[in-house]
Amino acid sequence: MLAHLPVLVILAPLLGAPVASLLRGPNWPWLLATLLSWFALLCSVLLLIQVNAQGTFIYTMGGWEAPWGIEYRIDFANALLLVLITGLASVVLPYARLSVEHEIGADRCPLFYTALLLLILGLCGITVTGDAFNVFVFLEVSSLATYTLIAMGKDRRALTASFSYLIMGTIGATFYLIGVGFLYVMTGTLNMADLAERLPAISDSSTVRTAFAFIVTGICLKLALFPLHLWLPNAYTYSPSAVTAFLGATATKVAVYVLIRFVFTIFGVEFSFGAEPLAEVLVPLAIIGLLSASTVSIMQPNIKRMLAYSSVAQIGYIVLGLAMGTAMGLTASLLHVFNHGLMKGALFMVMGAVAYRMGGTSIDDMRGLAKTMPLTFWAFVLGGLSLIGVPLTVGFVSKWHLILAALELGWWPVVVAILAGSMLAVVYVGRVVEAGFFGEPKDATKREAPWGLLVPLWVLVIANIWFGIDTRLTVDIAEAAAAQLMAGGVVR
Amino acid sequence: MTANTALLLTLVVPLLGAVLIALAGRWPNLRETVTMVTALTLFGLVIRVLMGLNAGEEIGVELVTLFSGVPIAFNTEPLSILFAMIASGLWIVTSIYAIGYMRGTNEKQQTRFYVCFAIALFGAMGVAFSANLLTLFIFYEVLTISTYPLVTHKGDDKAKAGGRTYLGILMTTSIVFLLPAIIWTYAAAGTLDFVPGGILEGHLAAGSATLLLMLFLFGVAKAAVMPVHRWLPAAMVAPTPVSALLHAVAVVKAGVFTLIKVVIYIFGTDYLAEVPYEQFAVYIAGFTVVAASCIALRQTNIKRLLAYSTIGQLSYIIMATMALAPFSEIGAAIHIAAHAFGKITLFFTAGAIYVASKKTEITQLNGIGWRMPYTMTAFAIGALSMIGVPPTAGFVSKWFIIAGAFQLDNYFVLVVLILSTALNAAYFLPIIFNAFFKPEDVTPVKDHAEAPTNMVIALSVTATLTLLFFFFNGPVLDLETQIVGGMP
Repeated sequence: MLAHLPVLVILAPLLGAPVASLLRGPNWPWLLATLLSWFALLCSVLLLIQVNAQGTFIYTMGGWEAPWGIEYRIDFANALLLVLITGLASVVLPYARLSVEHEIGADRCPLFYTALLLLILGLCGITVTGDAFNVFVFLEVSSLATYTLIAMGKDRRALTASFSYLIMGTIGATFYLIGVGFLYVMTGTLNMADLAERLPAISDSSTVRTAFAFIVTGICLKLALFPLHLWLPNAYTYSPSAVTAFLGATATKVAVYVLIRFVFTIFGVEFSFGAEPLAEVLVPLAIIGLLSASTVSIMQPNIKRMLAYSSVAQIGYIVLGLAMGTAMGLTASLLHVFNHGLMKGALFMVMGAVAYRMGGTSIDDMRGLAKTMPLTFWAFVLGGLSLIGVPLTVGFVSKWHLILAALELGWWPVVVAILAGSMLAVVYVGRVVEAGFFGEPKDATKREAPWGLLVPLWVLVIANIWFGIDTRLTVDIAEAAAAQLMAGGVVR
Repeated sequence: MTANTALLLTLVVPLLGAVLIALAGRWPNLRETVTMVTALTLFGLVIRVLMGLNAGEEIGVELVTLFSGVPIAFNTEPLSILFAMIASGLWIVTSIYAIGYMRGTNEKQQTRFYVCFAIALFGAMGVAFSANLLTLFIFYEVLTISTYPLVTHKGDDKAKAGGRTYLGILMTTSIVFLLPAIIWTYAAAGTLDFVPGGILEGHLAAGSATLLLMLFLFGVAKAAVMPVHRWLPAAMVAPTPVSALLHAVAVVKAGVFTLIKVVIYIFGTDYLAEVPYEQFAVYIAGFTVVAASCIALRQTNIKRLLAYSTIGQLSYIIMATMALAPFSEIGAAIHIAAHAFGKITLFFTAGAIYVASKKTEITQLNGIGWRMPYTMTAFAIGALSMIGVPPTAGFVSKWFIIAGAFQLDNYFVLVVLILSTALNAAYFLPIIFNAFFKPEDVTPVKDHAEAPTNMVIALSVTATLTLLFFFFNGPVLDLETQIVGGMP
């Protein structure tokens, strides 16, 4: 079984999705999806251990050697991502039972879990595959599932949010496909390893440069880099709470992974940062993004929306790290991919718990929360501290490495921008905490959220602190992954 | 029990105490007993660590490695043991006092108050015993966050506004100045350990070192050097026990303690002396001393006056530290203790006056000395210590700081000290005089006597300590001379 791990992660949700759609009632599909996500997490963890022990793991689909067949290729970077995706799925799914039944209604539950399994399938697929076209296929699977899930939101505005994401997402995917098509024309292969081998020889051609531009732009749309982020706030605000938690923690991160894969592995550092002005384009956008989105989040009356804008800002940190083009920057970026998944997952789950009891997620619903729902409130405080980057939380670990990377390059203005971003986070988190701490509850009869929501949410909160103290796992893997990626190409 | 176990327990005990206090919340007497037992145990543990240090035991504990080469680690040296002793010892007295104060004023949310207090002490112990800058930074932030609910305890708009200033300034400076300073130090030196003689020598360009020093000076806003001092007056909205232990001792001393640590163990005094323009720190601190005293002169609220007096006294310590003479380093260390005894006494008296008579303004204090003789005598002793008159603690440290100024022929320090003494006398002596020799206002608001007994006991204890420190400072002096490698 160990030899088939990469495909098992894909097969579990792929086979589970149709079964879930056939099951009746709200609970059976939920149970199936939960068990499958736990199984996928188990496979991912085993895979990570395997990669750590034996190095890059190559799996040829159906025994067809690349480039005829599709190969799955797992190194440190995607093994880490896989653990993040399946781990978050394993926490969000137990949480989803109550939340989804409450927000969507029991009759639509089977369809919901079908779509969610397909989303997990798509995200895992993008992560494991070593084939550029296969990425596109899985990207579409995950995107279609996402559009469905967003549209299931209670608020009717969910429909327009879903639609605008559909338009933007399709443009992004199309750009990506055009880029991959160009590469195929130039190299005759779609296998990432082969692409990486053949591209350096022809990297001067304008076709390759155009392909690079298309691919980077397309992916940046999917990962919501400023100013291509316009689809994100509405999509996160109006989708069901469980979906927001899962999407906010994983979806954009997978797109970041694809960007990293193309920039570092396929095109290589020399091309991306030497021949092409990647740093010059991405660094300013990342900084403007992180400052402007943080500023905008201060003014949001809806806390879910505030966190959505904060996600745009955090994407700025992540892109900033990878745009430095150094091993340290890349380490910081990968770390923050993982860490931000943990914190935003936790915070969006808090908002789900608030919505469950209070019926809304505005700052008025948060007032006096310390009295009515103390466990939920303190989870928000800890998640918020992590978002600010207070020591002993994962946010601090990311920030430490990001600043260290900027200092290594002597980029002082960037250091200032990073710190300014943290300050803005203090303001937008602080304002909610103050409302929760001092405000008068809107409805003092409301009580603490049910354990079904609290337990999964606190698991993530504790993970925020655990990985903030025990940094061996995350930092070591991120460093190893960065070293692998910086070495460029793919080790045969 | 080995000294290492005791060292670890100094962190575990207050945290455990916080949990137990929370659990005992429904039974106030049990809850206060837990607080007292925790405080006493903690002090005993610190004494055990001190004995280990004096016996020359190897003391050092490493928990986990956060980043390569930077573990969360603890050890001790003369300066840290002094800070820990003062914070934990005065916690006992403050607890006695707080019980009287909190019940006397019928405060709400008392359980939260005692829990946060214990966590704040956990933070203070962590700051004291941290073996590197990162560990120190972590506990520095614990101290900031755990005191926020204490500052905003009242929960009204004034408390909220005060809390915002408090958290805003402390958080902003620690994130924007202190954190980059720490990461920069790490990037340059590859370590953050506190090493006698410093770790930075030869790793930084001359101009960079000046900038780094500046980042530290303004990043450690808990030391309240101007212009990052405004959080301290804002914090005065807190209940008085908080102002007394935290905003006269634990929090503010954590600030100056951090700066002394940075000067002695990160830069190293020898290296810092070569850094160009390093004297700017002396001038900023000196300016703060004089300016804060001038502002204090114009205050009408007792606690705000004491807050500005604290700002001035803290800058004494910073100025002495940055002057870089061996004598002034010793003076700085001793002033941590001397000022702690005096200022906590003053805050205790302010709280006692408030509980007994609901008076908060200086103008209301005429003739109060005869109604509250113990309290006002204690106030007089505390005030004399602030001025630096024998036989009080403040005189001892001032002696050393002046000696340091002569060692370097640094007349700026000397002038500041003289000016500050005069200003201190100008705002403290009239209060004492009026309290005893001016007749009471014709229409007394309320007929009252002393505050509750345990409050009077607490303030008498600290006032006595202020006097005793003048006569029996030998052990502390012997200990602290070690930080500069023996009596110069």
